[in-house]
Amino acid sequence: MSASPANPPEQNTAEGATLLEVRNVSKRFGATEVLKNISLNIACGEFLTLLGESGSGKTTLLRLIAGFEQATSGEIWMGGERLDVLPPYKRPVNTVFQNYALFPHLSARDNIAYGLRVKRTPVSEISGRVEEALSMVKMQGFAASRPSQLSGGQQQRIALARALVNRPQLLLLDEPLSALDANLRKQMQSELKALQREIGITFLFVTHDQEEAMALSDRIALLRDGALEQVAAPRETYARPATAYAAQFIGQTNLLHGEIRGSIATCGALRWPCEEADGSVVFSLRPEAIRLSADGKRQTNEVRFRAAVRQQLYGGSTELLEVDCGKGQTLRVRVPACGRLTGEHDFVFSISDAVRVQE
Amino acid sequence: MYSRTYKSLVSIPPLFWVGAFLLLPYALMFAHSLWTVREGVIVHQWNWENYKTLFTNPLYAEVLFRTMRIAASVTLCSLLLGYPLAYYLAFHAGARKELLYQLVIVPLWVSYLVRGYAWKTILGSDGVLNAFLQYLHLTHEPVGFFLYSPFAVVLMLTHIYTPFVFLPIYAALEHIPRPLLEASQDLGAGSLQTFWRVILPLSMPGLLAGATFAFVLSLGDFLAPLLVGGPSGTMIANVVQSLFGAAFDWPLGAAISMGILVITISLLFLGEFLEKRWAFK
Amino acid sequence: MKAQLTTRRSPILAIYAALVFAFIYFPIVVLVVYSFNRDGVGGFPPRHLTLSWYTQLFADSSVWDSVLNSLLVATGGVALSLMLGLLAALALDRASFPGKVLFRRLVLLPLILPGIITGLSLLMFAVFAGVQLSLLTVFLGHGTALISVATTELFAGLQKLDRAQEEASLDLGATPWQTFWRITLPNLKLSLIAAGLLIFTLSMDEIAVTFFLIGRDNTLPLEIWGRLRRGITPEINAVSTLIFAVSVALIVIWYHLRSRSLDAPARELFEQP
Repeated sequence: MSASPANPPEQNTAEGATLLEVRNVSKRFGATEVLKNISLNIACGEFLTLLGESGSGKTTLLRLIAGFEQATSGEIWMGGERLDVLPPYKRPVNTVFQNYALFPHLSARDNIAYGLRVKRTPVSEISGRVEEALSMVKMQGFAASRPSQLSGGQQQRIALARALVNRPQLLLLDEPLSALDANLRKQMQSELKALQREIGITFLFVTHDQEEAMALSDRIALLRDGALEQVAAPRETYARPATAYAAQFIGQTNLLHGEIRGSIATCGALRWPCEEADGSVVFSLRPEAIRLSADGKRQTNEVRFRAAVRQQLYGGSTELLEVDCGKGQTLRVRVPACGRLTGEHDFVFSISDAVRVQE
Repeated sequence: MYSRTYKSLVSIPPLFWVGAFLLLPYALMFAHSLWTVREGVIVHQWNWENYKTLFTNPLYAEVLFRTMRIAASVTLCSLLLGYPLAYYLAFHAGARKELLYQLVIVPLWVSYLVRGYAWKTILGSDGVLNAFLQYLHLTHEPVGFFLYSPFAVVLMLTHIYTPFVFLPIYAALEHIPRPLLEASQDLGAGSLQTFWRVILPLSMPGLLAGATFAFVLSLGDFLAPLLVGGPSGTMIANVVQSLFGAAFDWPLGAAISMGILVITISLLFLGEFLEKRWAFK
Repeated sequence: MKAQLTTRRSPILAIYAALVFAFIYFPIVVLVVYSFNRDGVGGFPPRHLTLSWYTQLFADSSVWDSVLNSLLVATGGVALSLMLGLLAALALDRASFPGKVLFRRLVLLPLILPGIITGLSLLMFAVFAGVQLSLLTVFLGHGTALISVATTELFAGLQKLDRAQEEASLDLGATPWQTFWRITLPNLKLSLIAAGLLIFTLSMDEIAVTFFLIGRDNTLPLEIWGRLRRGITPEINAVSTLIFAVSVALIVIWYHLRSRSLDAPARELFEQP
């Protein structure tokens, strides 16, 4: 399932070269198989997100790369060196932990200096680098504070600075924003993205929040039950989901179950030409791909249908409709805000927006 | 995440120590209990004679029963004092709770011997209590039965174990989610019903832990009888102590010790079993 | 207070609680008061307050020798049991080996076992090993019996320690050894102090185990014990009062340390507007 990046991210060094290679990694805890034969490459300077529900194995994969767990089988390579045989403290990666794991007995400054001190960095160099890291996360005024004196967002920044000061080749972030409230979270997302661009360090980011993944990532690796479902850029994943699960997990969608016979696809009340082999199929059709057809006319490559509006949920700039196309088929349709709708209306969508997905 | 070296480094020293200084001594005690003494010398011949003596000589059963009775009385009295105190602190003490809690803890740190000695000075025939009673003209000559009686042993041990019993009960009461009590009242239960149906069952593990502790430690006590017990307050551990001292019969003493050990461990397991049955998550 | 709803006035319960407190403190008060009574222990009411029993005590060299012995044993006992208890707690928390459950129960056994059993089994061991009874055997006995206290306290401390702390340290390049000194131990500081103070007090006070392991040199409790057999004098009240005072001082220190290290940041937050 490994994929090379569709769009190499912008960066200053070693553009597009592979930094980390996960080769056929599996992990069992007793009888449960948490990761099933995962292969994944991460390019230099890339922002890659591991996205999945809880229990999908995303955190386990991160911990394998950090060195806190040992793979049952498979290998992890980084820059021509085997990584998975090294203890965590010899790996050129650093982690931002889910609940930050700041050392409560050390000040913010000492937390940040920790990695440099244990590696016997010259004292003269430490203070400069700590200041630099503090200013990178805009926390210069808080060097002397203990973690318990800092707010969640401030702790988050210190945790980030503590990892970055070591200049890791790869930064692992384990749901770093999940403990923050919604507003702060949005703000931290944009700062994180800007920071990553600026310093050019490769980020491997773990989250269960698909919106966050879409906003931040160069590529998203979607995990499901320990296996990779799809690895692609956010736009690609949204527009061309590989599977029904991917289509549902990332954004909202209508899954149309039906069959192809004689180059015609039939899904409930809807039919359109489709040049594929006969058999049963599933299509994903995003609610916003369907629109109201004011004049009832239809272009070529479009499907038109008449449906009754059953429910209307107002969402400010848009409205989400639940429409009944007959034969027990309901679809969700997202249209620009349009005022109350009742009764039957004509809707259209373009055939290319119905994306065939694997079950 | 911890390497094999790390795990060995932390495990081996304590394992060795426990093997050498706990397991081996217990094994030696068991070995002694199977030997005998002849003409003041321990004969290393394996036999069950000591255990037979224990089961056939009614004297030992009598002392054991007295010991059990004293331990049970201590446990009961400590519960009767400790539970209401814990209940008061947990639910009624308000802002003074923390201070009162620490006031219960302080005596825990105060020497066992000091507290035993204090009771001796109070209960003695020319002690404080008798002097006080004569001062009030309630009695005209010293009352002798305060000191050197099973009563004195129970009193002293109750004094020592009440804070021990209090602690786990208080912890259990503090952990009862307050909304449960409100829910009980909301559903129409009065204070007394709430206590019987909600608070007491939920504090049962703490109560059992405290009771086990008080009973087991009273059972093996030999200092309180020496201090305030007198001949009528002699307990099983005093028999052991004299067998290891003046009577010089280590094997028989070891056999009784094994008996105390077995009873203690069985009680601990029983206590643990009951606590688990009563534990709610 | 969070218990506002259930806090109701209950005079009977309050009186009962007051009586229990009176019962707990009555002997201690009597003890202290009569240590100042010129006419000795007993008699009511106490009259003619005097410090002479204390002066007599301070001149009594055998008491002070025994205090020194007790301090020696307790200090050694604290060091030994904290070291082994820390390792045992780490082993219980992180290692797995055959017989771990048995090991845990054995370590904790002296905590709940009557002192006479621990004392006698160690006595037999000393005789078996051909070791003369002395302060050394008392020290080994205390150390062994009190590992249980150290293990319980430190294991509880380890359970509270977030494993991610140590992972973060390793992740930042610290070796396991560095991590132990820089993260694990500082996080256990409070448990170590608490356990140390508790073990120190228990050792200073220990009599049941010491009873069987003592050689020629007495510890303080055994010195008192020996004097009790010769009869009671206010001098014993005086030394008991001092023991009580030291115990209370240790608790106060302990609470002070605990509240300072736990609440300091929070308090500063409240005090700074």
